[in-house]
Amino acid sequence: MADQSTEPNGLEGIPSPEGTTNLIDTQYEIGEDNVEGSVGPFGFDIHNPVFMISGLAIMAFVFYTLALPDQANSLFGWLFSAVTTGFDWFFIASANIFVLFCLILIVTPWGNVRLGGTEATPDYSYIGWFAMLFAAGMGIGLMFYGVSEPMSHFSTSFGGTAAEGGVRTDWAPLNGAGGNEEAAIRLGMAATIFHWGLHPWAIYAIVALSLALFSYNKGLPLTIRSAFYPIFGDAVWGWVGHIIDTLAVFATLFGLATSLGFGATQANAGLNELFGVPIGSTTEVILISAITAVALISVLRGLDGGVKVLSEINMGLAFLLLIFVLLVGPTIYLLKLFFSSLGAYVQYFPALANPFGREDVNFSQGWTSFYWAWWISWSPFVGMFIARVSRGRTVREFIICVLLIPSMVCVLWMTVFGGTALHQVVNDGYTLAQDAALELKLFKMLDVMPLAGITSLVGILLVIVFFVTSSDSGSLVIDTITAGGKIDAPVPQRAFWCIFEGAVAIVLLLSAGGLQSLQSMVISTGLPFTVVLLVMCIAIGKGLSSERHSVKAADE
Amino acid sequence: MFKKILAPVDLYHADKLDKALTATGELARVYGAEVCYVGVTGSTPSELARTPEQYARKLKEFAREQGEKFGVTTSSHTIVSHDPAVQMNHELAAAVEDVGADLIVMATHPPDVTDYLWSGNGAHLAAHSDASVMLIRG
Repeated sequence: MADQSTEPNGLEGIPSPEGTTNLIDTQYEIGEDNVEGSVGPFGFDIHNPVFMISGLAIMAFVFYTLALPDQANSLFGWLFSAVTTGFDWFFIASANIFVLFCLILIVTPWGNVRLGGTEATPDYSYIGWFAMLFAAGMGIGLMFYGVSEPMSHFSTSFGGTAAEGGVRTDWAPLNGAGGNEEAAIRLGMAATIFHWGLHPWAIYAIVALSLALFSYNKGLPLTIRSAFYPIFGDAVWGWVGHIIDTLAVFATLFGLATSLGFGATQANAGLNELFGVPIGSTTEVILISAITAVALISVLRGLDGGVKVLSEINMGLAFLLLIFVLLVGPTIYLLKLFFSSLGAYVQYFPALANPFGREDVNFSQGWTSFYWAWWISWSPFVGMFIARVSRGRTVREFIICVLLIPSMVCVLWMTVFGGTALHQVVNDGYTLAQDAALELKLFKMLDVMPLAGITSLVGILLVIVFFVTSSDSGSLVIDTITAGGKIDAPVPQRAFWCIFEGAVAIVLLLSAGGLQSLQSMVISTGLPFTVVLLVMCIAIGKGLSSERHSVKAADE
Repeated sequence: MFKKILAPVDLYHADKLDKALTATGELARVYGAEVCYVGVTGSTPSELARTPEQYARKLKEFAREQGEKFGVTTSSHTIVSHDPAVQMNHELAAAVEDVGADLIVMATHPPDVTDYLWSGNGAHLAAHSDASVMLIRG
């Protein structure tokens, strides 16, 4: 009953803040614009403009890419390169601002603010929390880029620079390290860590923090538009908010669908390598259907029984694989590499983070700018999911745990997997991993280590389960946004999004270039969202200072 | 016969629970039992309460009113759920233990197709707790 303005039993109105938090006084009732009803036997409770617009627009886009694949491909391809090459400075500069902002939050008194009020206690243990952070944030990326990215940067750096008409044509980061193996390894590791370290996690942390703050401390619905309340005031409940939320649904669903599609092709390649499973759309459709089915079960089991359990299993498996490679691989070399890579990261950081006047255009636009746009387009989804599980942490604890610790874990992961593969090339002269296609590099590296059959299988399993956790946490997020911030909407609704996502992935996979063009489009949404994130920084500042103020007032 | 009655309530639809609430109150009076009203809320803001603490206060107030209305001893128990739409069944069953209730009285919805897929709260409680369960059709 969305239109019910008085509450039952004389319990009316919004209460005054308890002194522990500083609620925002808005007349908007959560669920005010929602429509409840049922389709056949299935009940629904949706935020109408957001649900309908995003649902219809998604279908329209899918039909467009299917009906006019060539046109769509060239349009989105153009959009993508225009965004990543024309605005590379904007992405790189903004990402630096996000990192800086997060680091400032750690050291200032703002870090004392507790999400959910001074008395709130954390909902999840550290282990469960970390597991979910990684599973939603980048688990799948770590599997695929763990070997391939350090290897790529090493190879291009080692190859040195090349120029044509004054423009660099090589893909080496910065000035490369032509012919110098030692320097190429350092530069390659620094560049990889740069892409997986502080910056992506700062991007996630900003979105997550603003949502958690405005939801748990300010009492606004858990949806992206709430973070804009300090800027737009009550207008966020109108069309401004509808557009923001719809964009978020869009980025999340297409981001997931394209990843699901690419993930299926990659898992297929792995299965082919290991068991000779044929490569083709039949296998891929079966894989997507299976992943969606497992995600559906997980979604129906809820946050604690589904996503959390799967995330923890995956974390455990990933940790075992990491330890295995660390111990069986060149252990001492890897440990040394870990510290020298950290040093290299610090050393090259200023140059890599420099937004202006870059000569390594291919690297800074094709890698860095691409990554930043990619992380940012995923940030509404990952950020909202992180927010959902972070109640009860202080801002300082939150930033340290979402920014610093995951960054260190990524450094370790990249060192162990990338380092082992580099060691194979440099010391053993084993170049199969170096030469293999992107999705096979991990398996080729594991190939020459003991128990290759088991570890490769664990690798494929990790890939698949990471997709399941992305798919189900994504469905929860989309469901919450399209239900106007309600987390208790009828269950069939989240099942709908989960299935819809799988269906979109299958349709796009079967069309020529469909996935490619949509991925370009998703990454293009990174541009407007960068502006959104910058505004969020301002909103967080405003929100935290009012929070500090009220806690101080309560203490006196 | 019964010492403590557990009454799961959906505060948001409390206006539709009249029949169940009356049955609860009168049963409590007959047996001299205490009624514990239990409500489930998410940790995120909802249409009813912006914080779990606020929900707990509303539920406490609701319990007090019911106690006055029927002249029985009442208490309240708030469950903060990470995912109320799915986990409510489990959490209600746990609440029966926590509260130490021997009778559960609750309103139920008319059976429909979805009951084949997801068992109703009442059915789940009957299967997963030691207490007696009384379901009141609205």
